[in-house]
Amino acid sequence: MSHILELKNISMTFGEVAALHGVDFEVGSNEIVGLLGDNGAGKSTLVKIITGYHHPDPGGQMYIKGERIEHLTVARARDLGIEVVYQERALADKQSLWRNIFMGRELANRWGRLDLRGMRIETQKLMNTLMGFTSSAVTPESVVKTFSGGERQGVAITRALYFQAELIILDEPTMGLSLSETKKCLEFVAGIKSAGKAAIFIDHNIFHVYPVADRIIVLDRGAVAGQFMKDELSLQELIDRLYLVAQTGRLK
Amino acid sequence: MDRPLSPTAARGGFARQLRKYSLQLGIVGVAVFIWLLFLIGSPRTFLAGDIYVAFMSTTPFFALMAIPLTLVIITGEIDLSFPSIMAFGMTAFDVVFVTTKSVWLGFIACLLAGVLAGFLNGIIVVKIGIPSLVATIGTQFFWRGAVMVVTNGQGMGMTPVRETILYPALVGRIGGLVPAQFVWTIVFALVVWFFLNRHRFGAHVYLTGDNVESARLMGVNVNRTKVITFAIVGFAAAFAGYVVSEEVLFFWPTLGEGYMLNTLASVFLGGTSVFGGSGTVFGTFVASFIIGAINAGIVAAGLTGFWTSVIYGLIIITSVSLQAVVSRRIR
Repeated sequence: MSHILELKNISMTFGEVAALHGVDFEVGSNEIVGLLGDNGAGKSTLVKIITGYHHPDPGGQMYIKGERIEHLTVARARDLGIEVVYQERALADKQSLWRNIFMGRELANRWGRLDLRGMRIETQKLMNTLMGFTSSAVTPESVVKTFSGGERQGVAITRALYFQAELIILDEPTMGLSLSETKKCLEFVAGIKSAGKAAIFIDHNIFHVYPVADRIIVLDRGAVAGQFMKDELSLQELIDRLYLVAQTGRLK
Repeated sequence: MDRPLSPTAARGGFARQLRKYSLQLGIVGVAVFIWLLFLIGSPRTFLAGDIYVAFMSTTPFFALMAIPLTLVIITGEIDLSFPSIMAFGMTAFDVVFVTTKSVWLGFIACLLAGVLAGFLNGIIVVKIGIPSLVATIGTQFFWRGAVMVVTNGQGMGMTPVRETILYPALVGRIGGLVPAQFVWTIVFALVVWFFLNRHRFGAHVYLTGDNVESARLMGVNVNRTKVITFAIVGFAAAFAGYVVSEEVLFFWPTLGEGYMLNTLASVFLGGTSVFGGSGTVFGTFVASFIIGAINAGIVAAGLTGFWTSVIYGLIIITSVSLQAVVSRRIR
């Protein structure tokens, strides 16, 4: 399987604190990777390295689509097809659906004049296809504040897919969602795989990650404690091993 | 709508349109209500045309600033320095006019000074990271102080400007009736409306005010957007300062004092959210004329002018409170 992302021996220190040490990590081009770990395990630091916010310590290597990347910036990461979907920071609440879909990438002519009709038509198409919004009460003009938490995550994921993201990083997308909203959100995550793209699904909640992930990686205290394909372990076995990680720092 | 709708969907569409334009409809409702109150209170004044010509003459002095100030407030910031920038722009005019004897050069210097002052406000807010409320209180004092230092507290007669086309173009009476500044206010409103609603810049203004972190993560240059909005307010304040000075044919170094409250009241009464992310040019435009009418209306209704501030204050508190309540209901 070709890889969209490969990290080799990545370390990151903040002053005296080693947030990550010697992390090896890869994501296949059509794979959902679940990233589990407790607070302080290094999940956020890892995401920030992948998205170009942080630059890791010298000595590690990063490859995106097989290309060695030396100094990744936020803009470069986006150009290479890496998008992050944040729980709270994904959408502008008071704005319409179409404004959120085209946030920062509005369709406009060379003078900056917006193509409103084009953006509304595209949004309507996305609603009918990727988002699956069938209610006539929802239109491209609907304000996203009125959407449920699951639908909001769906909008953010759809936006990433529409703009040809190849690797979508979901940073705790189910946090604070109700059961039905979580189900909706997980459907959108599964849709990423159906669309032939890859995702890193970061969450505390193993019950949310397990059903949609192809592979699960467990981070603990800045290092990869272990990883396995989902079909190697049942959910119960995974839970047992996570307890073991909490006690020993290792999966086995 | 891009395709034909069923009757049910069309009714739904009408309800949606009503919701979409609720801010604008609300402010028109307020305007009509207040106008009716004044009409009942003083029919003789409010059935005559003169009072409306007076509104068209004096309201633009602050409406010209309230319209672009709407952009700053939509981005989630505030500018309290514009009254001082009015005088700062005119000080630049004073200096350049005295040196070159050219009204045009003075006028250009005035506008450039305004843009510069607004630009500096923006830079202080986005680069140094000082909240705009505090930063622009600081620059308000600074520019006023600079004006007083440069002019030594002395005013300047503006009679020479009557000889240039700028005078009739900015404060003349079109057809002997409609004040030119009213037409300029409409021009300002249309231009700002276009950029806010039909241009990428406006889309970024709304996004910046709604969720600055999200906008930044999605590639919106939020700092540049904010700086531009502050610079536009600076430009408008200098322009308004020039118009006021031409109208009264004198530049007072205290120019701008007394414009703070009615300008801000116009923006908030017009439905612009103090929390950022929403607001309309139409709302501010209509609200400016409501605010402009209140002073005359109160006096014409037989109350003393002292009531004006009481009413302005009530309007600001009521409109901002209503927005907070409505926004909580929607949530």
